[in-house]
Amino acid sequence: MTPLLEIRRLDAFYGRTQALFGLDIDLDAGSVTTILGANGAGKTTTLRALCRAVRTRGEIRIDGKAVHNLATESIVRMGVAQVPDGRGTFTQLSVEDNLRLGAYTRRDKADIRLDMERMYDRFPRLKERRLQQAGTLSGGEQQMLAIARALMLRPRLLLLDEPSFGVAPLMVAEIFDVLGRIHQEDRVSILLVEQDAALALEFADRAYLLETGRVVMSGDAKTVAASEAVRRSYLGY
Amino acid sequence: MESFLQQVVAGLVSGGVYALLALALVMIYQATHHMNFAQGEMATFSTFVAWSLIQAGWPYWGAFFATLALSFLGGVAIQRVVVRPFEKASPLTNVVVFVALLLIFNALSGLLFHHDVRTFPSPFPKDAWFASSLIPAHGLGSIGVMLIVVGALYAFLRFTPLGLAMRAAALNPGSARLVGVRVSWMLALGWGLAAAIGAVAGMMIAPLVFLDPNMMGGVLLYAFASALLGGIDNPWGAALGGFIVGVAENLLGAYVIGTDLKLTVALVLIVGILTVRPSGLFGKIVVTRV
Repeated sequence: MTPLLEIRRLDAFYGRTQALFGLDIDLDAGSVTTILGANGAGKTTTLRALCRAVRTRGEIRIDGKAVHNLATESIVRMGVAQVPDGRGTFTQLSVEDNLRLGAYTRRDKADIRLDMERMYDRFPRLKERRLQQAGTLSGGEQQMLAIARALMLRPRLLLLDEPSFGVAPLMVAEIFDVLGRIHQEDRVSILLVEQDAALALEFADRAYLLETGRVVMSGDAKTVAASEAVRRSYLGY
Repeated sequence: MESFLQQVVAGLVSGGVYALLALALVMIYQATHHMNFAQGEMATFSTFVAWSLIQAGWPYWGAFFATLALSFLGGVAIQRVVVRPFEKASPLTNVVVFVALLLIFNALSGLLFHHDVRTFPSPFPKDAWFASSLIPAHGLGSIGVMLIVVGALYAFLRFTPLGLAMRAAALNPGSARLVGVRVSWMLALGWGLAAAIGAVAGMMIAPLVFLDPNMMGGVLLYAFASALLGGIDNPWGAALGGFIVGVAENLLGAYVIGTDLKLTVALVLIVGILTVRPSGLFGKIVVTRV
């Protein structure tokens, strides 16, 4: 079966500086794959490359279709939603407007309204604040908003960039709980970039470890978690 | 006393036109962070197009809406063809491009329509039911048109999905792309709307000051002052700023400095606002961490 996402020999560049070197990554439909690594390893760059926000060389295929020549907006229309690092909320718009924008490319008005109610059920904090300006929400709440906005697309593939960053531990647990449920109920494939390796390895099926722009290890998440090198460098024991 | 009131009313009427042009400037500024110096000349050119249609026998409102449509398309075309290639260039380069557009449109108007001063009809007959000795028909009608335009723009931006997408593209283009908004086309749409709004401004002021290629030269400066006074990122502020500038200009011209120095009011306002309170009356003050 063709993987939902295939990345082959991916190089990425910021200007003249090369940030990714020959990445090969596969993601099967319905799975959760995580990309781990230290700061500057190239994790965020990989997601940016997927959404065509940086210059790349190599192949990216979604459902077998080559996307390396498409613009970000077109990739979104293929059902790929990204929750960027820093959350990317429209801070000057209301919570509800942020959710509406998530569904911008959809035409089915009745279903959009249903989905908004479902988001409010899943994230009660957002419901309380639906007319509030998004920038006044706490870090954790904005993270929930960013995830809810991405889900309003009804994506096939959800890209998450460091969802635990700057969020209180209790909220992180809540967020990953919801992500787990979303994965089960909506059968959304997830590509998770995380610095918190322990958290990510518990959540994911497959893992890729990046170091300075290269894949140095990949495999089943449990196997990667058990490996000596990963335990020492990233899990702290 | 009556003369004072008349000055105030005249100020409100011209203020309405400044407000419209200021609104066009703010639309483009919000989306691109650039001031379109050519806005006035584009509006004059649009007014000449309307004049030509009327000369060719078109009824007023037919010519009016056709000009709006053509101006919209023209604005979109200019953004796609002239402005977009310079998107990533320095602000100074963009200023040069806009000044070039200003000169080109001014010259085009002169070339195609010549420099004779022409009259432009008003759709509001002098003996309309709403005319009075205090405020003539065209003046009141012109303010009415302005309020309709501002209201329609507000409703579009606030209540329609496309309006929301435009605001999103201006506020956070990166995130807008991530939800599938074609940011580049939103900019073109903004330019089209601004051009159409400018055309309305031109057609409202032409009956008052007569139509010639340099009609909007001074008006542009008043519009800058209005936009800055209201807060360069606030459409309502631009509208209010227009009225304030219009009334101030008229009163100062009539009672304090004489009509020759009226344009100075605009220039002093521009320098003053930028020095003392750059965010204007209603603009947002953005604090950046260095």
